[in-house]
Amino acid sequence: MSGTFVGMPAFPEAARTAVDDPTLRGNLRHATHTIRAKRASAVAELADWAELREAGRRIKDHTLRHLDRFLEQLEASVTAAGGTVHWAEDAEEANRIVAALVKETGESEVVKVKSMATQEIGLNEALQAEGIRAYETDLAELIVQLGKDRPSHILVPAIHRNRGEIRDIFTHEMAAWGRPAPEDLTDTPADLAEAARLHLREKFLRAKVGISGANFMVAETGTLVVVESEGNGRMCLTLPQTLISVVGIEKIVPTWRDLEVFLQTLPRSSTAERMNPYTSMWTGTSDEDGPRAFHLVLLDNGRTDTLADQIGRQALRCIRCSACLNVCPVYERAGGHAYGSVYPGPIGAILTPQLRGTASEIDASLPYASSLCGACYEVCPVAIDIPEVLVHLRERIVQGGPAVRHGNKVVLRPARGHAAERAAMRAAAWAFGHPGALRTGQRLAARSRRLHPRTLPGPGRAWSATRDLPAMPAEPFRDWWQRTHGGKDAK
Amino acid sequence: MRVALFLTCVNDTLYPETGKAVVKLLARLGVEVGFPMGQTCCGQAHYNTGYRHEAEPLARRFAEVFGEYEAVVTPSGSCAAMVRELYPRMGERARAEGRGDSLARTVAPVVPRTYELTEFLVDVLGVIDVGAWYPHTVTYHPTCHGLRSLGLGERPRRLLEAVRGLDLVELPGAQECCGFGGTFAVKNAAVSAAMGADKVRNAESTGAEVLCAADNSCLMHIGGTMTRLKAGMRPVHLAEILASTEEDPAR
Repeated sequence: MSGTFVGMPAFPEAARTAVDDPTLRGNLRHATHTIRAKRASAVAELADWAELREAGRRIKDHTLRHLDRFLEQLEASVTAAGGTVHWAEDAEEANRIVAALVKETGESEVVKVKSMATQEIGLNEALQAEGIRAYETDLAELIVQLGKDRPSHILVPAIHRNRGEIRDIFTHEMAAWGRPAPEDLTDTPADLAEAARLHLREKFLRAKVGISGANFMVAETGTLVVVESEGNGRMCLTLPQTLISVVGIEKIVPTWRDLEVFLQTLPRSSTAERMNPYTSMWTGTSDEDGPRAFHLVLLDNGRTDTLADQIGRQALRCIRCSACLNVCPVYERAGGHAYGSVYPGPIGAILTPQLRGTASEIDASLPYASSLCGACYEVCPVAIDIPEVLVHLRERIVQGGPAVRHGNKVVLRPARGHAAERAAMRAAAWAFGHPGALRTGQRLAARSRRLHPRTLPGPGRAWSATRDLPAMPAEPFRDWWQRTHGGKDAK
Repeated sequence: MRVALFLTCVNDTLYPETGKAVVKLLARLGVEVGFPMGQTCCGQAHYNTGYRHEAEPLARRFAEVFGEYEAVVTPSGSCAAMVRELYPRMGERARAEGRGDSLARTVAPVVPRTYELTEFLVDVLGVIDVGAWYPHTVTYHPTCHGLRSLGLGERPRRLLEAVRGLDLVELPGAQECCGFGGTFAVKNAAVSAAMGADKVRNAESTGAEVLCAADNSCLMHIGGTMTRLKAGMRPVHLAEILASTEEDPAR
């Protein structure tokens, strides 16, 4: 990943650019609608979906409540199985640990399994700065890396690209990274996959170090789990001599029994499959097979701060299925890049401002990147009430309040840029507390209706640029009621 | 049964015809509604924009104004959802913040007695055929809070299907949000407008004359987009269709 998100404009501005891009709109519409329909039928097959969803929610909440205990249990289990556990408080520390581990092996290149945690911390860029080249091996991540692009989706990071664009990227960029694309490469999916397969094969066979994340970590045995579709993950997890896994601390489950729930809900929610093609599980190291050295880097990077928030902590239940992205009407039109984070869509809009805070313009704009339609909550396999958290974060932005940052309790000040809105909201609340004043206002508006402009000035222009204003009626309802019902039930 | 109409601030100010339609419809069904003049706004826009504390006095006012009624009927899915789903949550939050039980106790009685119009018709009055006549081709848009927060399900469609003369046609992508979203409509105007335009194009593709919904806030956005795009159809609130008869037809 060569592109970064630093210096992104706020969501509304970035989204406007995306809305005006017909190719992007077409690509996203096609992709999200296809997967949306498939997910719905995959989920409908299970009679006990609601129970599975509730079980997933409970397991995650229970684990998060006792996270300290389960993490220590995990550390003991991984260590007993021959692995080494490292603790990273933030992105910088995690990157430093991984770079040092790679250098110890004497290698200058690594192959990577698709991993959100390593993208979150910008690991590829950090390794590059240390002279280590990281090769993405997931097909979509490869497209993003070759295209010097940024990911725009959790599961399908190149969702914003169509087949023609991918062919062009492969044709022009593959040679600089290794085996070039065939000269007569077409844009058929089979040809594109074959080109990627050949390009990646030599890297799998050569690599001495693999880097992964994990979908789950089982505390009782110290087992890590990666679910995937392409088999590239299996290659990276088994062929290299050294395996380094960077995993967020919330990815833990207490027991193997708990996995049963998520291995049903995750594939159906993310790829709309009954079962994903490859599920790799490993416990420490083995003398017979697989990597001889295994390092687990446990990443906090804002997760403990998030856990401290009673309403916001439910975001930590997320299993990164991306069903909420696929169903979101805002994501479909704004695209993933507008969210300014590796976590786009509804889950990103509640996760990013908690992991990174709300100090920057883009992060403070994310909780507003939703019409609160609730489709995300409906499809979430761990029942994260995303609209509830969005509204909670909006309150944090406009009114400030208590939060935990870097382990310290702080009282956040209201964000700048909301003064006019705050005044308007308070004035409206006052008027709604005084029906007489409200009525005077309504009458004034009704009587002056012929003078009302067709378009509005100032912030109102955001409405009237694309939508006509409703016609003002001659009198408000309450005046009609008073005239015709004589103020019955007047109070 | 003492029944109150909670019209909502948007309908009171901008869509009085919807209020008149509810009064007429319920009178025809033998229900005399009252309109307590102390009613104003449920506080939804405040709450959803992050001004929970400003919404609290409005929740208290709502509970006080409507406290004496056995049922409160509102022709707005999102305002009904505000009362039913979010008032209890506001009470819990106040309690969790160490501000006591007062808000939770004040709103508790009125919450289960508040009904969205189609819930009141189907669940409380037990009617599907309300005796309406509306000779037009109509497509129905289920608004998000009615659909997903209240779970109105098939109620609005069943009511529409029983209307004489009405030809109900399927709206493609019906369950997708229209893009209004309260302050979202101006805070993220480009995305909101794009969603609205897609909703209007889907509605136009049905060939219907009328797009019906049970929430005028959404219809204000969809209707404003329709006239701007010069679409050959109009938005009409469900209540106005259900109130329409041969003797006194709605447009």
